[in-house]
Amino acid sequence: MHSGTPIGIDTDVCIGAGQCALAAPGVFTQDDDGFSSLLPGREDGGGDPMVREAARACPVGAITVPGAAR
Amino acid sequence: MTDSTPPLTDRTPPTDLSPLTDPTPPTDAPATAPVAFPQDRTCPYHPPTGYDPLRAARPLARVTLYDGRTAWLVSGHETARALLADPRLSTDRTRPGYPATSPRVVALRDRRAALLNVDDPEHHVQRRMLVPSFTLKRATALRPAIRRIVDERIDAMLAQGPPAELVNAFALPVPSMVICELLGVPYSDHEFFEEQSRRMLRGRVPQEVRDARDRLDAYLGALIDTKLADPSGDGVLDALVHERLRDGAIDREEVIALATILLVAGHETTANMISLGTYTLLRHPERLAELRADPSLLPAAVEELLRMLSIADGLLREATEDIEVAGTTVRAGEGVVFATSVINRDEGAYLAPDTLDWHRPARHHLAFGHGIHQCLGQNLARAELEIALHTLVARLPGLRLAVPADEVRCKPGDTIQGMLHLPVTW
Repeated sequence: MHSGTPIGIDTDVCIGAGQCALAAPGVFTQDDDGFSSLLPGREDGGGDPMVREAARACPVGAITVPGAAR
Repeated sequence: MTDSTPPLTDRTPPTDLSPLTDPTPPTDAPATAPVAFPQDRTCPYHPPTGYDPLRAARPLARVTLYDGRTAWLVSGHETARALLADPRLSTDRTRPGYPATSPRVVALRDRRAALLNVDDPEHHVQRRMLVPSFTLKRATALRPAIRRIVDERIDAMLAQGPPAELVNAFALPVPSMVICELLGVPYSDHEFFEEQSRRMLRGRVPQEVRDARDRLDAYLGALIDTKLADPSGDGVLDALVHERLRDGAIDREEVIALATILLVAGHETTANMISLGTYTLLRHPERLAELRADPSLLPAAVEELLRMLSIADGLLREATEDIEVAGTTVRAGEGVVFATSVINRDEGAYLAPDTLDWHRPARHHLAFGHGIHQCLGQNLARAELEIALHTLVARLPGLRLAVPADEVRCKPGDTIQGMLHLPVTW
């Protein structure tokens, strides 16, 4: 997970529920429009174990974690 | 219901396999009559005991609805997650196969509610318009206002009591005031819109339900016209009027429809969680003591209460195509009901699911739904519940029921679950 490969966020399907930012606030945030985005310097998740929780919490499956099954 | 612990032994699924526990749910000719859905809860914080066969028949079974027709009822956690995110299920209540679970569903199926009954891509446009007002950051920014409102209501309770009737003194006014402030609706009109909301959610006569909706529409239409003439407001409705309605991005009818759903969903649901959450805490004194001793448990406690109470117990869809699920085919046109109270107690997802436990990973409960329609106001609701429940038990250390627990009645099973009244003293 701490691979340097960035986490993928599909903003076309993101509904701004904020579940990623709630589950892994050290990696995800919401921009002013409510879209999920990655905190600067944490694009690869920074090894945060909560990244997978955040991906599972996403109600629309908008988050792709490198190396993890969805 | 007279002891302080949940009746665990009543909640254990039967070990002998009744016909409904067959892993392949009956399709055409079930051996036993389908379970009726919805049913009234006996204990306010547990699913109706009449749902026990549904728990044994995961992940889905047939149920009989209010209007005598049958539908699929989803009871398994993983199946519910998959189906709630499946675009082949429509949430449009005007469709002929949309499940009729109450007189309100029948009364209001003449037209769709904004957001709730709208499928993508139209839904996505409506949701994106509102998301900036309901982000986690926005909910965090509202916390000081929520604290002020909660403290004022408790000040009023302390000045007038004990005792107090907690639904009207606290559980309803807190979210009502918060949503008014957020939307830009005058709280002075609360008696009117709370009454219309009550009729829309619990009215028994179809005409009464439609009339309540029409009165609320007319009220919000007039409010929108006032805002058009006076651009000084800073609520969500003011922003919709001045940033979307003025330039023709949406029309007046759509603003009214969005305003209606935000106002009704914005106060009724949270009010029910506060009243039922308080009742549940008072019936679990050890959990309450644990929470008082360590307020850092609050966020986890709110998630666990959301899971345990599952107040929106019956999310409704219609299949638009045949869907293969768990060895069964849900046919196009069939109704699908998600019983969140049963789904959130799936033993495959939660250990000892009938036990209230602040230390369990309660995340991924489906109390707010899942998929594109997952609750827009969930971050606001979490903030309100944390502050309301914490402040209530912290400022009223002697809080307790003012009547025997089994005399306190919860709402009927065909609407959002909560307490009808909650007499307390301290």
